[in-house]
Amino acid sequence: MSMIPTAGPGASPSVNKRRRKIDAVSIASFIALVVTTFLMLLPLFFMVSTSLKSKKELLTFPPTFLPESWQWSNYREIFDTLNFGQMYMNSLIIGILTVVGTLFSSALAGYGFARYRGKGSNLWFMLMLSTMMLPYPAIMIPQFILFSKLNWIDTFLPLIVPAFFGSAYNIFLLRQFFTTLPDELFDAGRIDGCSEFRMWRQIALPLSGPALATVAIFAFIYSWNDLLTPVLYLSSSDKFTLPVGMSSFTSSRFRIPPWHLLMVASVLAMLPIVTLFAIAQKRFVEGIVLTGIK
Amino acid sequence: MYLFISPWLIGFFVFALYPILSSLYYSFTDYDIIHPPKYVGLANYKEMFQNDLFWKSVVVTVRYTFISVPIQLLLALGFALLLNAKIPFRGFFRTAMYFPSMVSGVAMSLLWYWIFNPSIGLFNYVLSWFGISGPAWLMSPDYALYALMIMSFWTVGSGMILFLAGLQGVPSSLVEAAKLDGAGRFRIFLNVTLPMISPVLLFQLIMGVIDSFQVFTQAYVMTQGGPNYSTWFYVYNLYTSAFKEYRAGYSSALAWVLLIVVMAFTALIIKLSNRYVHYEGGGRK
Repeated sequence: MSMIPTAGPGASPSVNKRRRKIDAVSIASFIALVVTTFLMLLPLFFMVSTSLKSKKELLTFPPTFLPESWQWSNYREIFDTLNFGQMYMNSLIIGILTVVGTLFSSALAGYGFARYRGKGSNLWFMLMLSTMMLPYPAIMIPQFILFSKLNWIDTFLPLIVPAFFGSAYNIFLLRQFFTTLPDELFDAGRIDGCSEFRMWRQIALPLSGPALATVAIFAFIYSWNDLLTPVLYLSSSDKFTLPVGMSSFTSSRFRIPPWHLLMVASVLAMLPIVTLFAIAQKRFVEGIVLTGIK
Repeated sequence: MYLFISPWLIGFFVFALYPILSSLYYSFTDYDIIHPPKYVGLANYKEMFQNDLFWKSVVVTVRYTFISVPIQLLLALGFALLLNAKIPFRGFFRTAMYFPSMVSGVAMSLLWYWIFNPSIGLFNYVLSWFGISGPAWLMSPDYALYALMIMSFWTVGSGMILFLAGLQGVPSSLVEAAKLDGAGRFRIFLNVTLPMISPVLLFQLIMGVIDSFQVFTQAYVMTQGGPNYSTWFYVYNLYTSAFKEYRAGYSSALAWVLLIVVMAFTALIIKLSNRYVHYEGGGRK
């Protein structure tokens, strides 16, 4: 692991005076870290503690940091009042299908771009890269019209089907990874009479765990958190995803939004992401380094 | 090859090329999505440049981008540098910094909406510890945009992770060599570390600018573009004209201006990068 010059004691073996200076800098940066970390975690702490407060306690000032009485029942109540379970399931279904679609088609296309040089392959690759900077708002109106002609409005299809056609960013990540696989592997496969598709499935994919995990996590988080697309396409409340359902509570439905319940929803909405991150933390960072975002 | 990329190829034509071209066509029409589009020439573009709300949205978006993106990058880089050093509890700090980035856009917007509550919110309470009496934040036209900027600093952890990955790639031999040459900490940062991580910096700059040109969730959940249009972001304006006023033609013109600006920005940054960004192995790109 490389070390940057702010490294603490031992970074500079030279003179004593210099050593003391470095220590002072280390201590100052440590204090800065402690303070900022405290400030960063404070809102999160507040989110969790608010989720356990009673409705009455919400309105006290100064805000209490720990609930006076811990209302664990809030976590049960949300499933009764806000149609929360349904929204959660909708988001999960859409998220999982999006991941499946993205993995399949992006790995396929990434492999195609990595291992074959055909006529025009460069042109297609450049086109693919250029779609990365295509802002979604720039294409959402014609897409909306297209999907409404297909009668897909108020279904999950507009949120899932496009994923099955790959996305530039993930194709690029996977292509970068596939190009690092040694040619010898595939030559050996070819000699053994492996079909091209089987080589993809049985040689390339099994070696790509970290890269595929990274793509899967990105795709899931993106789908789980997306607001704009589901806002456009979903209109009946039993089809709402979590972000759409939650955002609907700041609008006029309640005179005073039920903040304690909204914080419960926020905590629960975070859960899958935190779980994913905890499971995949090592692979995730590895994947970022491997696929080399640079 | 074409067999492998065929899903993407189909997707490219159906979900990218066709929408982009038809949106160009719609931008020259009067179109309410129900009746067939009616050709009106440049009228939409002309109207746009005379429309106060359009200019309002441009000013809001540009101000937000130019202030918040550089600060976000500096903070992310600063934390990455601190956490790349050998410091006690490094793992804890890294995770803690990254944690807020795991809160979804909507949950974050709800949480901060609550935190920014002027009378009973956490933010003004914390400020009061330092003897500051905070403004009404989201309810004040002067402060709402700044409130959203402050909120955006909360998620610098994701950028920090990318910088950390970049810093890991700086060869320690280079740092050691510079140290032997008697370079101070600041010199080493400026002449060794910074050039080595400049590709990461560039990547994040492009993505940061493009992302903040497309801010929507915050405006939709927290302010609905208000108060007094002080958070009337470009994409919120686009969304409103298409899906609240059913003016798909005018909105498509907005979309095309956004597209051109995003492409111009990307091109500009890539051009600058040829001059200032160091890629390992030299020459390439």
